[in-house]
Amino acid sequence: MSYLLKRLGFYLLTVWAAVTINFFVPRMIPGDPVQALITKQRGQMTSEAVRSLYVLFGLDKDESLASQYFSYLGQLLRGDLGMSFTFFPSPVADVIGDGLPWTVGLVGITTVIGFFLGTAAGALVGWRRGTWADSLIPVTTFVSSIPYFWLGLVAIALLTGPGSFFPASGAYEIGLVPNWDWQFIGSTVQHGLLPGLTILVSSVSGWILSMRNMMVTVSSDDYVTVAHAKGLPERRVMLAYAARNALLPNVSGFALALGFIVGGTLLVEIVFSYPGLGLQLFQAVGAKDYPLLQGIFLIITLSVLLANLLADVAYLALDPRTRREG
Amino acid sequence: MRSNPKALTGLVALGFFVLLAVVGPWLAPFDPSMRSNDLLQPPSPSHWFGTTHLGQDIFSQVLVGTRSVVFVGAVAGLVATVLSVLVGVSAGYLSGSAGEGLSALSNVFLVIPALPLIVIITSSLPETSNLTIALVIGLTAWAWNARVLRAQTLSLRRRDYVEAARANGESTWRIILFEIMPNLTAVIASGFVGTVLFAVISEITLAFIGVSDAGGWNWGTVLYWAQSQQALTQGAWWWFVPAGLAIALLGTALSLVNFGIDEYVNPRLRTRSSTRGVRMRVGFTPVLAKESS
Repeated sequence: MSYLLKRLGFYLLTVWAAVTINFFVPRMIPGDPVQALITKQRGQMTSEAVRSLYVLFGLDKDESLASQYFSYLGQLLRGDLGMSFTFFPSPVADVIGDGLPWTVGLVGITTVIGFFLGTAAGALVGWRRGTWADSLIPVTTFVSSIPYFWLGLVAIALLTGPGSFFPASGAYEIGLVPNWDWQFIGSTVQHGLLPGLTILVSSVSGWILSMRNMMVTVSSDDYVTVAHAKGLPERRVMLAYAARNALLPNVSGFALALGFIVGGTLLVEIVFSYPGLGLQLFQAVGAKDYPLLQGIFLIITLSVLLANLLADVAYLALDPRTRREG
Repeated sequence: MRSNPKALTGLVALGFFVLLAVVGPWLAPFDPSMRSNDLLQPPSPSHWFGTTHLGQDIFSQVLVGTRSVVFVGAVAGLVATVLSVLVGVSAGYLSGSAGEGLSALSNVFLVIPALPLIVIITSSLPETSNLTIALVIGLTAWAWNARVLRAQTLSLRRRDYVEAARANGESTWRIILFEIMPNLTAVIASGFVGTVLFAVISEITLAFIGVSDAGGWNWGTVLYWAQSQQALTQGAWWWFVPAGLAIALLGTALSLVNFGIDEYVNPRLRTRSSTRGVRMRVGFTPVLAKESS
């Protein structure tokens, strides 16, 4: 249990670091972005909204840095991420709330499938070292060097178009109202298929490579030799002895690599105009919508940390050594 | 290294890109930003990679853009490598709370999603140039290598030869620089190559979402214009294929170099043990090796 507590403490530290970065970064913005927005909206903003934005950007010149910091923390705890510039007058929290389910659905499902597929394939390739399976490696290296978003562009160019089964953009048919009937779910799946496959193809190769390398390292260990010598079936040695142990570093690698993968997958959303956080990030960069940018950064960080916690629990279940006290 | 075809291929390809980075702007047949009347032309003898919606030559854009890509990759790689050596080796060598603190610091930077972090920092900066982008990437991308270096230093710290050096009364700095560092060279080199790859992809990604050196070209800027001018729906495949292939080729070259280093460090990963002529087979080799020695 002390293992999980230690991890929890670490995640709290990370949340604090992310919040602190978020507090200091906007201070580098030249000029007064809030004033620019007020001018643009011609006085339609409530004084409360203006006040919340000033706290967010640290433009409250009368207050000391410390008290600015604490009023910022207080504002975050109330769930107030400020007012979005592009989606005025929606608060950032609402805008992100609209995008988050799409991102979690698309990125979450494909990342998990990619991990399992890649690990299984990597185990197989690593076990059959020196056969045709090795020729997969140059291919996967090449694929894993391609940025996700470019693969998405190619997929759109080749697979979509008039009369194609795959739609080129959006998350569901225009005109449908999001609800839980079959027509909508079917449309969602149809729209999610191509972006999902893109993420899958580019993320799977990384897992194949790392699992293959672990398999190769593990399969010349003594206990594998012993298992062979005992005359166990090949399949059993591969799965229960080699893969079982090669899996551990891959699971902890999964937790660490999540931050990188999420960055890449957000770009796929942009290419496919998928209405998740990635597309919002893109719009926010274009419109210099700082509150939305910061909010998205914070929410993505929190989601990645949550996923990390789940990976920790999985690791705890897989590796008995972490459960030993002391 | 010479006997390793993977690493050799990677190095040759890498050298090609570095050469392009140096001479690219002189080789480019056109000014990459110059407009002409050949609007949205497919590849032809005069425009090898075709033209954009403004009649700009895409071949020139890709050639000129190579310099920015290589520059950002190299600078970010250097900054991140220096930081990771400082943090990683100290975290591994120092015992107690200082080591733990440094290790926690690198884990925090590892878990925070890098790309959104880079995006919020670069878009808040007063000015974005190749140098600032490279520095932001370098300052945020060191954590992975620091972690690897820490683990390696931890295992080296208790080796006999290090203990012997300590017993001889050598200073801590001398032990770190002359006893431990030489054994970390391969890890540092592989970390550098990996960070360069990450930096290149990050720079291109940033440019693709609209954060780039003002007025400059890189492969991501080409893709940004292709995306925003709907190159796909107009069937202008030549607009985004060359830049994407260039990224993939450079990335593959860097990965190949890294495989070479990995195999040099961990002989088990070598595909064929051609040097000895014995095909390694699980279950037999360990016994054979022991008998012959």
